Amino acid sequence: MAEKRITIRATRFDPEKDKAPRLQSYDIPFSDESMVVLDALNHIKAHVDGSLSYRWSCRMGICGSCGMMVNGVPKLTCNAFLRDYWPRSITVEPLNNFPIVRDLVIDMEDFMHKLKSVKPWIIRKQDHPLGAGEHRQTMDQIDEFRQFSECINCMLCYAACPVYGLNNEFLGPAATALARRYNLDSRDQGFAERLPVIANSEGVWECSFVGECSVVCPKGVDPAKAIQQTKLDTTMRFVLPFGTRDE
Amino acid sequence: MDSESYDVLVVGGGLAGIRAAIAVVDANPRLRVGMVSKVYPMRSHTVSAEGGAAAVLRPEDSYETHAFDTIKGSDYLADQDVVEAFVREAPIEIIQMEHWGCPWSRDPDGKISVRPFGGMTTWRTCFAADKSGFHMLHTVFQTSLQFKQIHRHDEAFATKLLIEDSRCVGVVAIDMRSGRFEAITAKAVILATGGLGRVYAFTTNGNICTGDGMALAYRAGVGLKDMEMVQFHPTGLPFTGILITEAVRGEGGYLLNKDGERFLKRYVPNKMELGPRDIISRAMTTEFEEGRGFEGPHGKYMHLDVRHLGEEVIDRKLPFMRELGREFVGIDIVKDPIPVRPVQHYMMGGVDADISGATPMLGLYAAGECSNVGLNGGNRLGSNSLSECLVFGAAAGRAAAEHASAAKAVGANPIEALLADETRRIEASYLDKKGGEERIGTIREELQHDMDAGAGVFRTKEGLEKLTRQLGSLRDRFDKIKVEDSSRTFNTELTAALELDFMIEVSDTIAHSALAREESRGAHSRRDFPERDDAKWLKHTIAFRADSAAPRLEYRDVNITNFKPQARTY
Repeated sequence: MAEKRITIRATRFDPEKDKAPRLQSYDIPFSDESMVVLDALNHIKAHVDGSLSYRWSCRMGICGSCGMMVNGVPKLTCNAFLRDYWPRSITVEPLNNFPIVRDLVIDMEDFMHKLKSVKPWIIRKQDHPLGAGEHRQTMDQIDEFRQFSECINCMLCYAACPVYGLNNEFLGPAATALARRYNLDSRDQGFAERLPVIANSEGVWECSFVGECSVVCPKGVDPAKAIQQTKLDTTMRFVLPFGTRDE
Repeated sequence: MDSESYDVLVVGGGLAGIRAAIAVVDANPRLRVGMVSKVYPMRSHTVSAEGGAAAVLRPEDSYETHAFDTIKGSDYLADQDVVEAFVREAPIEIIQMEHWGCPWSRDPDGKISVRPFGGMTTWRTCFAADKSGFHMLHTVFQTSLQFKQIHRHDEAFATKLLIEDSRCVGVVAIDMRSGRFEAITAKAVILATGGLGRVYAFTTNGNICTGDGMALAYRAGVGLKDMEMVQFHPTGLPFTGILITEAVRGEGGYLLNKDGERFLKRYVPNKMELGPRDIISRAMTTEFEEGRGFEGPHGKYMHLDVRHLGEEVIDRKLPFMRELGREFVGIDIVKDPIPVRPVQHYMMGGVDADISGATPMLGLYAAGECSNVGLNGGNRLGSNSLSECLVFGAAAGRAAAEHASAAKAVGANPIEALLADETRRIEASYLDKKGGEERIGTIREELQHDMDAGAGVFRTKEGLEKLTRQLGSLRDRFDKIKVEDSSRTFNTELTAALELDFMIEVSDTIAHSALAREESRGAHSRRDFPERDDAKWLKHTIAFRADSAAPRLEYRDVNITNFKPQARTY
């Protein structure tokens, strides 16, 4: 029987030489049913074309490096199986809505600034010294914020977000979800400090509740919910200035 | 030419590196800290750790028991003063992580939960479901964002340590995005670059685990300690090598051979599935050799069965395992057994460092998996490494801060020349190189295959000698590689070549250290020397780079305080 093969078309772009991105086609062996799109890229890089550039590391869906557009859909390429596409060809492109650094590598500095801007750390009004031991926290209290803490910063939600696509001033799904993660943590008292960032005009109010972010999230985070809840919280905060948990 | 100067420079942005950076700021808020990482810090391999972090938190537990378990687990190759200091610091670090927001799983009374783990005599492993490393890394990274003193160089690849008058004063790094070579100087440098699992074909380690920091130190003349001690975890998924956490067995999972038998009764009858990793990996390999493994498309395997735990426990304690099973194997672990086999997982060996993380080179410190402070000896106990990253990351940060607070500034003059030399070396060897016929990918795959075959769970003199010859030949062929990518922008073929260079270097220390140790201890199991030999080998191997083909090996006695070596049975 002839060897099974699959065609991968990958974006190539070297800003030192190219005016615009183009697609390059590679015909490679589909030698194992367990192969994923990342394996195909690794085969190309190791055996066909060493200049193809992309990010990856853990290949188990937790480091968040290998997000790309796979046939137009934002995916972690480490768990996008070739068998789900074959015999069709697969087009692999850098994540939508981000500047391209090189080939399949996006520029995600914007997110790194946004992440920092929401103060994603525990803020306390009174210090709780180490010697006082742990804060008590029940599993129910963890369940309040758990899903938002599962964000792996893979950027698929930004690639899917039509609002971010039009206006990258928008804080966006993951950063809002992470702000929410801390706001909902029983140990945190930083809601008021984060409020100016998430309530400003380019913040959550821009979200039209399309919900694509939650659909593409590989970790079951629901950033759309975080955004809607934040809108409600923010409104309540203005209406009821003394009504929040952290006073 | 670019250069940036700090008081302390941390190389590596995983749990140990970030913990070290924060410790520097805590020790002296006036110090400026640089952090060089070849990936964004939250991509670091800490993210893949699953089971948890060990610490004595319960009244029924004791420092002495944690120390004894660790020392016995190490097959008495751990330095006992280091272990004793570690077990006292670990609980403080776990509480510190809690204060920083780590979502530790909790008991009904709201206290941090603990779970059983291999080789631990009592429950002492703190966990955040089965994504402990992920949560710890994101917690410590996000916490670090508030410190203005910490300046990150994300996606900068360190190629060389800068040495001035036998003192480490920084690194040369390539900014991957611009391709610029930079001298990043500091009064103290902390290596926290993680492990080297990618020198093996079948590994749980991510693509970035290529032994960079070990090779950097080794090339600067610092010894690598106990490099023969490579941990194979019993439960990796066939084909991918994805880790199935030991917590699966901690929570009550069974390991079954093809006869449906809990075969560990023949190897670790008192501990069964909670035996230490080295012994269980050998037991599985022996079962395979005797024909009692399952045969699959990706080799032999065993069943790891959690069906009797029930869906509720699995979803509460092991939700990521269920997700991995569903997404990567197409099984539901609530209904199906998980196929597993031993897989390279962790490096006990590493840069020779003392209890404070100081290496023998002035100004150079090391912490986490790239280091060997003497904690893990011949075999690390599961859940000691996340705690190690915290305890010794913090210790190295404090020691580096103290050194930097008193050290003189780094001079600019020799640095410029060193940077120019290193830039020329890399341009001539890779970027501007003409010709070459060897593919990087091919040499890397052969290296990984040779390491699996020659320096795996069981070793022999013949196998290790063959491996040293293979590594010599791969080194010769590496000199003839071709680099197709001449771009300066995010050139991952260049970084793959630099990593492969490091990988061959550290593999060589593994092979030679293993060949020399003619006994079986911990993870180093010689078929031709099956017994532990305390009279001859109760000592650390230290490998130094030499002009000859082979490293020069020296030995140092193990520090024994309160625990006399005894037979290691479970």
